[in-house]
Amino acid sequence: MTFQTSENLKTKISYMSDRLLPKLVVAPTFVSTIVFVYSFILWTAWISFTKSRLLPRYKLEGLIQYIKLFTNDRWWVASKNLFVFGSLFIIICIITGLLLAIFLDQKIRIEGALRTIFLYPMALSFIVTGTVWKWILNPSIGIAKLMHDMGFLSFHFDWLVNSDMAIYTVVIAGVWQSSGFVMALFLAGLRGIDDSIIKAAQIDGASLPRIYLKIIIPSLRPVFFSALMILCHIAIKSFDLIVALTGGGPGYSSDVPATFMYSFAFTRGRLGLGAASSMVMFGAVLAILIPYLYSELRSRDNE
Amino acid sequence: MNSEYFSNDYQKTPFMLFFRVAVYAVLIIAAIYFLIPLVIMIFTSVKTMNDIRTGNLISFPRQFSLEAWKSAWDTACIGVTCNGIKGYFWNSVKITVPAVSISTIIGAANGYVFSKWKFYGSEVFFSILLLGCFIPFQIILLPMAKMLGMAGLAQTLPGLVLVHIVYGLAFTTLFFRNFYVTIPQELVKAARIDGAGFFRIFFKIMLPVSIPIFVVSIIWQTTQIWNDFLFGVVFSSGDTQPITVALNNLVNTSTGVKKYNVDMAAAIIAALPTMAVYIVAGKYFLRGLTAGSVKG
Repeated sequence: MTFQTSENLKTKISYMSDRLLPKLVVAPTFVSTIVFVYSFILWTAWISFTKSRLLPRYKLEGLIQYIKLFTNDRWWVASKNLFVFGSLFIIICIITGLLLAIFLDQKIRIEGALRTIFLYPMALSFIVTGTVWKWILNPSIGIAKLMHDMGFLSFHFDWLVNSDMAIYTVVIAGVWQSSGFVMALFLAGLRGIDDSIIKAAQIDGASLPRIYLKIIIPSLRPVFFSALMILCHIAIKSFDLIVALTGGGPGYSSDVPATFMYSFAFTRGRLGLGAASSMVMFGAVLAILIPYLYSELRSRDNE
Repeated sequence: MNSEYFSNDYQKTPFMLFFRVAVYAVLIIAAIYFLIPLVIMIFTSVKTMNDIRTGNLISFPRQFSLEAWKSAWDTACIGVTCNGIKGYFWNSVKITVPAVSISTIIGAANGYVFSKWKFYGSEVFFSILLLGCFIPFQIILLPMAKMLGMAGLAQTLPGLVLVHIVYGLAFTTLFFRNFYVTIPQELVKAARIDGAGFFRIFFKIMLPVSIPIFVVSIIWQTTQIWNDFLFGVVFSSGDTQPITVALNNLVNTSTGVKKYNVDMAAAIIAALPTMAVYIVAGKYFLRGLTAGSVKG
């Protein structure tokens, strides 16, 4: 047995603390993630297999809530709405975003100002967006009145109160809010393209539209993918915009899964059904997420 | 990519001139489309109700009135109380400030560990943590409500602060981790050889270069938390509600005459803080939005 010199001891302590401290620092986050994310998901999963109504019950009853969910007409309306809203929202946002980015990339004098204008809606709450579009689309004194005043007397616009069309108003407001963000993604992608490839294509005599179609747009593939993922995510989570704009109405015609879940779990006291619907939403997100993470990890390995 | 290579050969042809005019035209039309709702909001908020009924969406206000603003702030009825949205505005401030500060500080420390002090299992834990960025929050609402109830935090501001910190950590950690991996590991190694420890390296080497990522994280968290509606509507009630919930209640109350000017003034007030952040620090705002999405 030897006595350590104080110098040695000091190094040893600092060595120990440098090994321990990193773990101590992330420990609270670790605990919080396990409790608030993973065990909460398990809790919700458990509840989705019970007959819980106003209060949680823990006796497992099998797939009863899922059967109720998939035979519930309102759930199918909500799912169909999410599909309609989601696909239109994503397609229009990507097209608008890409076009705006390409146009902005043509050495535009006022690029900074335009970029600010295209992007500011992203800073707003969906509740604010919903509020202002609800006012614009108001069937009696909104856009209809404006068109009448401009002389288009036969103009008729009642999408907000028309149960077949209400979901499309959500698309209008959603696109207004999010396409500037997609523009920003594409613009960042365009600025990252290596100029020499384009120069080479020009020397070969390729025309401008051809260069865009054959070289530039294909090289933006990763940006398309990111934009698609982010927009999917926004669409599946969309809740505030629908609440503020249509309230899910008329009736439940513009419900989406997020509003369905809220309504059954928190206002109708049907915890089990609410939990089952949130599990299905989670499943949908995972189905989108797993290929994304897979490709991300693969591209990281390649670096 | 910038189009300077196109300019020499293409710019002088008539096609190119037409092309440039078309580009400007499309961009300006798009700008008008994006700006119109803002203009309508501002116009409507300074009109009188009579002006609103007789005019239309984009007609210029005939008399400028701040009545609606005063009413929205001070006297408008939300639910059963008629004190305007000021109380809810301050609720949002009281939620946003602590939640943003705490989640950012913890995120910075986490990001430092995940980039510079990797230990056995830290990569796995980081991946596990990332799921928190992607879950639809509906899945945690029920157990969270139950837990807040058991902790005596149901329908309170501290409860909401806790929720926002917990579900913001994954994002702030991701921001800082992705930022710190770009700082050369050699710096940390050299400092360790010189005898600097965990905290010393953090405070002396990492923090001084971290200002941009702090700005990104603060802006991202501020917009997320200020604009949140889901947590607000589920975990608060009555006078603990944040401004988004109050605004929605104000706009969607069906009793009495609808005062569109008051709605619009309230909407602008609710949007002002995040708009101000965006205008002052737009560059960083964008960086936050694209962080971790363009760069893997």
